[in-house]
Amino acid sequence: MTLLPGLQVVLDELTRRFGAEIEEVRAPRPNELYLHTRPELAGAFCSALYKKHNGRLAGLFAEDARAGENVFLVYYLYALDSLHGFVLVRVPVPRDNPELLSLTNAVHAVNWQEREIQDLFGIKLIGHPNPNRCVLHDDWPEVCPLRKDFPARAQLPPFSGVRHKFRRVEGEGVFQVPVGPVHAGIIEPGHFLFSVAGEPVLYLQLRMFYVHKGIEKLFETLPIAHGVRLAESISGDSSFGHATAFCHALERAAGRPAPPRARALRTLCLELERLYNHVADIGAICNDVAFVTANMHAMRLKESVLRLNEDLTGNRLLRGMACPGGVRFDFDAGQLRALAALVDQFEKQSAELTEMIRSNSGARDRFETTGVLKPEVAANLGIVGLAGRASGFDHDLRRDFPHAFYDQVRFTVPVFTEGDVRHRMVVRREELVQSFGIIRQVLDKLPPGAIAAPIGEIPPGCVALGYVEGWRGEIFHWIHTAPGNRLARCKIKDPSLQNWPALAEVILGNIIPDFPVVNKSFNLSYSGTDR
Amino acid sequence: MFDIIRQSLKTGIVTTRYPAAPPEVSSRARGRPEIDWAHWKDARPAAAVCPTGAISFEDANGGRLVRLDLAKCVFCGLCAEAAPEIRMTNICLCAARQRGDLVAGARYRLNNDASHERLVAPPARATPARDEPFPAERQSLEALGLELQERAAKMFGRSLHIRQVDAGSCNGCEVEINGLNSPVYDIERFGIHFVASPRHADLLLVTGPVTRNMELALRKTYEAMPGPRLVAAVGACGCSGGIFGQNYATCGGVDSVLPVDVYIPGCPPNPHALLHGILTAIGRIQPDPATLRPPAA
Repeated sequence: MTLLPGLQVVLDELTRRFGAEIEEVRAPRPNELYLHTRPELAGAFCSALYKKHNGRLAGLFAEDARAGENVFLVYYLYALDSLHGFVLVRVPVPRDNPELLSLTNAVHAVNWQEREIQDLFGIKLIGHPNPNRCVLHDDWPEVCPLRKDFPARAQLPPFSGVRHKFRRVEGEGVFQVPVGPVHAGIIEPGHFLFSVAGEPVLYLQLRMFYVHKGIEKLFETLPIAHGVRLAESISGDSSFGHATAFCHALERAAGRPAPPRARALRTLCLELERLYNHVADIGAICNDVAFVTANMHAMRLKESVLRLNEDLTGNRLLRGMACPGGVRFDFDAGQLRALAALVDQFEKQSAELTEMIRSNSGARDRFETTGVLKPEVAANLGIVGLAGRASGFDHDLRRDFPHAFYDQVRFTVPVFTEGDVRHRMVVRREELVQSFGIIRQVLDKLPPGAIAAPIGEIPPGCVALGYVEGWRGEIFHWIHTAPGNRLARCKIKDPSLQNWPALAEVILGNIIPDFPVVNKSFNLSYSGTDR
Repeated sequence: MFDIIRQSLKTGIVTTRYPAAPPEVSSRARGRPEIDWAHWKDARPAAAVCPTGAISFEDANGGRLVRLDLAKCVFCGLCAEAAPEIRMTNICLCAARQRGDLVAGARYRLNNDASHERLVAPPARATPARDEPFPAERQSLEALGLELQERAAKMFGRSLHIRQVDAGSCNGCEVEINGLNSPVYDIERFGIHFVASPRHADLLLVTGPVTRNMELALRKTYEAMPGPRLVAAVGACGCSGGIFGQNYATCGGVDSVLPVDVYIPGCPPNPHALLHGILTAIGRIQPDPATLRPPAA
């Protein structure tokens, strides 16, 4: 397989630098390069890719390869956005006393991902600044669920464990305010411990993974076709994004891309998912500063998209639409007209909503300079997606790694550097405007033909990275196939996992009453994080 | 200010007439599957494609017991593609007070090629075996609405307050539950409110397969509620564990942890289905001497 020219340059340069230390090179696809090396060099590769090629560490995951290669394997996934390619650095970890050097001190973005590997595989991360459990809470016995010898349906006995350590800020007049996991609104569970002196927040400790459902393990037990339905349940508001990323990975593994019409219909559905979530978030942000009227209009608009979704795909959240090789349902002329009409109406009414919010000085006062995520902090934490784009992160997989039908349409990626609540809202608004354009262009260019091409049985031993720019940010599904059209491993990376730590940073110095609006301006998925 | 009022006047009333009128659901919506039990030749292809085991069968003594469990169904429609005897309807109102009311089943005699043709027993609910349509169809919606007013008035003396708990959901159910507060569904027109604390709540609306990490929080939330109290299990996951079932990280459906008064199937149930389920739950309430406390002053 020939590599993209840009990636070939990277490979040549790394070969010059590391020589025989690169033990194996594989390029199953032009934009997906695998390098196998020694674990001690993971840090050196990281800095080489980052400094020379602006490669950002977009994901870190492990797999249990003890049965075949007698080791655990750890993969560092780098996105080289300007070169439009991915580099996956693969290192072995010995099966007995598995240990790996932590990169967290240098790359804060991998803090939780390293701890997750430690919890789920029992690989000890040496030098991690906070090596406590995260996925498996403290009342879990010593188990490593993603090891192959651990049964998915195991019933674990009650275990009292140790008490979770909450770090307290101490001093005169400092109070601790615990919130959650059951919150006051209709949202997902997570625990926030605020330390406050008066009103300003001094410190926020997040505790997540309350809704850990063992999804990655379940993928290993299900036939691939059932996996698509499981992918739809990773994060409900991104059902189509996740299912499409999963199907994309399957299609890449099989070497059978989806036909053009399928890719166009996928783009329409991805944009519909973006429309209803963005407008709902704009309303919810207003709701959290008591501007209820704006939220009511936003919810009405969201409902209009959900009803159209149902008419197009049979499900309001676009479930049941995705399938490996394409999509399950075609849109007829009447449905396409309804979609075009919705875009016209939505464009007009969302503009009215925008004007209503813009002209409300009370609401603006709450949004501006609240919850500021500075571009340098965002870059340090590797913040992605719309939250990143409000803080100077000029990346979007739709533009940099065109998938679905995005290479056939023109759009811009709105990027701001202010990083406050208002600009996270403005990014959404600008992206809505881009979505209208994308949908109209796809409707104009909608290719005829099949809506799916069967991908057949995928041979065992294939690895593939599927990706989609969901409404929240980049979604990755990495798969390793097993015999019998099954999966040996499916790694899911939702943008929320990457973005949660931003919340603990931006709330510092803000007041607790602003936390709901700051939280909502990110609107991260707990389920996508916890899986 | 005037602009805001003008905008609202211009928009007019957007609230659905449900339950006075039928749910506003697309004819293309996938609701519960309908099976032609008498002519069903072979349950195996449908069972094989069902991602959650909602369609299942057991072979014993030359016979086959086939079940459709709506509590597990995610309404994906794959079974209807695999078996001509199955059709997806757009019926979304499926809530039931008994878990068993969500299970339909039939017994067949096996043929030599392991297909089945001859219906031995008529279509019936597997537990308890009855030959009746699904409960959702029996209940007149208007009667439910009246029942709500009567019961709510009698039991709570005022309106119904709901505390929602996500015990492990994918947040799909939350998207739709939030819709109940939108002007389109406007649950407050029934005197029903979502409240911030379980101590203010009459009904606990629980989503998700209960995860191991949420089990304790869910129990504590329930214990914090004053009696009489109700529990509604929402969605395929809440009703049965759904596609997650029971695994190392989940306990399964809500009823594996708490007593459930109403099951609201769907993946996710749309706001009409949620409304229907909540109204169903209220008709159910029976004072429990152990939990009945004097109303707060």
